[in-house]
Amino acid sequence: MTKLLEIHDLQTQFHTRDGIAKAVDGLSLSLDRGEILGLVGESGSGKSVTGFSILGLVDPPGRVAGGRILFDGEDLVAGGEKAMKKLRGKRIAMIFQDPMMTLNPVLRIDTQMVETVQAHADVSRKAALARARDALVRVGISSPDERLQAYPHQFSGGMRQRVAIAIALLHEPDLIIADEPTTALDVTIQAQILSEMQALCAQSGTALIWITHDLAVVSGLADRLAVMYAGRIIEEGTTAGIISKPMHPYTKGLIESVPQGKEHGTLLRQIKGMTPSLLKLPEGCKFAPRCPRADAACKPEPPLEERETGRRVRCVHPHTEPLAEEAAPT
Amino acid sequence: MIVYLIRRFGQSVLSIAAMAVLVFLGVYAIGNPIDVLINPEATQAEIAATTARLGLDRPLYEQFGIFVWNALHGDLGNSFVYGRPAVDIILDRLPATMELAFVALILSVGLGVPLGVWAGLRPDSIAGRTIMGGSILGFSLPNFWQGMLLILIFAVLLGWLPAGGRGETTEFLGMRVSFLTLDGLSHLILPAINLALFKMSLIIRLARANTREVCLQDYVKFARAKGLSGRRVVLVHILKNIMIPVVTIIGLELGSMVAFAIVTETVFAWPGMGKLLIDSINLLDRPVIVAYLMLTVLIIVTINFVVDVIYSLLDPRIGLSEMKG
Ligand SMILES: Nc1ncnc2c1ncn2[C@@H]1O[C@H](COP(=O)(O)OP(=O)(O)O)[C@@H](O)[C@H]1O
Ligand SMILES: [Mg+2]
Repeated sequence: MTKLLEIHDLQTQFHTRDGIAKAVDGLSLSLDRGEILGLVGESGSGKSVTGFSILGLVDPPGRVAGGRILFDGEDLVAGGEKAMKKLRGKRIAMIFQDPMMTLNPVLRIDTQMVETVQAHADVSRKAALARARDALVRVGISSPDERLQAYPHQFSGGMRQRVAIAIALLHEPDLIIADEPTTALDVTIQAQILSEMQALCAQSGTALIWITHDLAVVSGLADRLAVMYAGRIIEEGTTAGIISKPMHPYTKGLIESVPQGKEHGTLLRQIKGMTPSLLKLPEGCKFAPRCPRADAACKPEPPLEERETGRRVRCVHPHTEPLAEEAAPT
Repeated sequence: MIVYLIRRFGQSVLSIAAMAVLVFLGVYAIGNPIDVLINPEATQAEIAATTARLGLDRPLYEQFGIFVWNALHGDLGNSFVYGRPAVDIILDRLPATMELAFVALILSVGLGVPLGVWAGLRPDSIAGRTIMGGSILGFSLPNFWQGMLLILIFAVLLGWLPAGGRGETTEFLGMRVSFLTLDGLSHLILPAINLALFKMSLIIRLARANTREVCLQDYVKFARAKGLSGRRVVLVHILKNIMIPVVTIIGLELGSMVAFAIVTETVFAWPGMGKLLIDSINLLDRPVIVAYLMLTVLIIVTINFVVDVIYSLLDPRIGLSEMKG
């Protein structure tokens, strides 16, 4: 059976006045049906652009300049807008970061849900409404009939994100791309939504790409992690494997900068330096200028190599020891 | 909603009252109409008699009271020139101005919004740039000059359309209108375009700027991610959002369009209220000037009221927050 999603050597570039920003540069990924992948990296590393590339929603001045995106065996890059139209919202759905901004403020919830149903299913408004209502119930919204008549500003942030999730679930898609959907929410609501999403995806066999800059959020959710840096994947493997034994120095730095309950009052370890500008990337390994292990061997950019079974790392000096017990996040 | 409407209506009445005071002070109380009306060789007794007859010997507040009382009964005095009630004379001319303003409004919104949205969706295309360039011209060339240019091209050089007047009119809803006959329509086109050009440029720029802004919003991307057709995204998601500022501007501008069609009416000899005002000022026909001002205020306030109601219907956030507040 083919993989649900296979991305080969994806290139997404933005043509700006100062030059070409390669927001995604040679990214390869794959995803099984029903699998949950955490896509992790600092802000600006190209996570959102990766998500938009899969849906064909990269806006000018950006464009997908190369690579292949195979969804269920079909090449979306070659198929263009026509192939994409059939999948968007139907087999691939997306949830955005800021629930205050994702629902149209001047349209009622029923309008925004019914149009989604009718975009892919030739059903009456009444049938579409019934489906919308069911979806709201599934994401735990009480008195759905009343809620359907409301406008987005009458909902709290967490409620709006639930509505967005309900919209994403309307057609029981094969894949949901969730772009930091809990970042803008309170911690308690964040945890609720996280576990609800997990349950809903497990129920319907939906695969999930959960984009976040916060390792702590996905470590309890994802089956696998892919860590991005400067438009590339620098480490990929099972969540348990990466958390207990990060091999790339950047991944290790990310894990060590996650706050720990028992370390109250102590200083967090931060990765030194800043995310590099995409227009002035160093030669060789892009992380080398910030890396404690960098030396002359890092000059030619290392390939993403399989170091252990199921673990790919883009580094010539990977860590091989598991993290000391006290540093591993709980 | 009801509370909001009542409050908004109260504000409208207040505006009209404030304007009545200003008009009264501006036109009635400044200067002495006796100097204009009476023979310079009249005796003191004759002057006193006329002053008493016109009620000008009473205290100012009493005069104002009489003015308001009469105004409430639809009486703003008789025209010095025509000898008929000033209000009647204005009302005779009102349909011509209203017709001109409404046709101009339909032109400026009907063309301005689509052109502006088009330019906003493709800001770097040749069409987008051309539309913007055109709107800058419509914006910066003086209105009377645009009018004369229209006459020169379409009436004088090409001879396609008449240069002035109202043409044949027919009865419609109790008013005489031009747009139902071919001859009337041909007279209406040029002045309507002239009056529309400036507002249309304004609406194009507004619609373009708002379209560009709305396009960047997450909810537009989300709408596309839901699999909606491009047409639905533009016609529902984008258009409904940009109509809010457009309706506001229409509200502000329609009033001024009715009131200050003066230039266009003068250039095209269109027999509307604006032209009447100019004629009346030349003839010092004071009651007609007052009637024009009061009626114009009434029209503007009414339009603003209607626009606010439409506005609150378009934007669900307005009516509600206003209601609570
Ligand atoms: N509209 C744009 N114009 C120019 N560059 C962009 C645009 N959108 C994204 N980029 C570039 O892509 C990079 C990655 O962005 P993004 O995928 O949003 O990062 P994140 O990992 O935080 O989601 C940014 O640092 C920026 O350089
Ligand atoms: Mg992002």
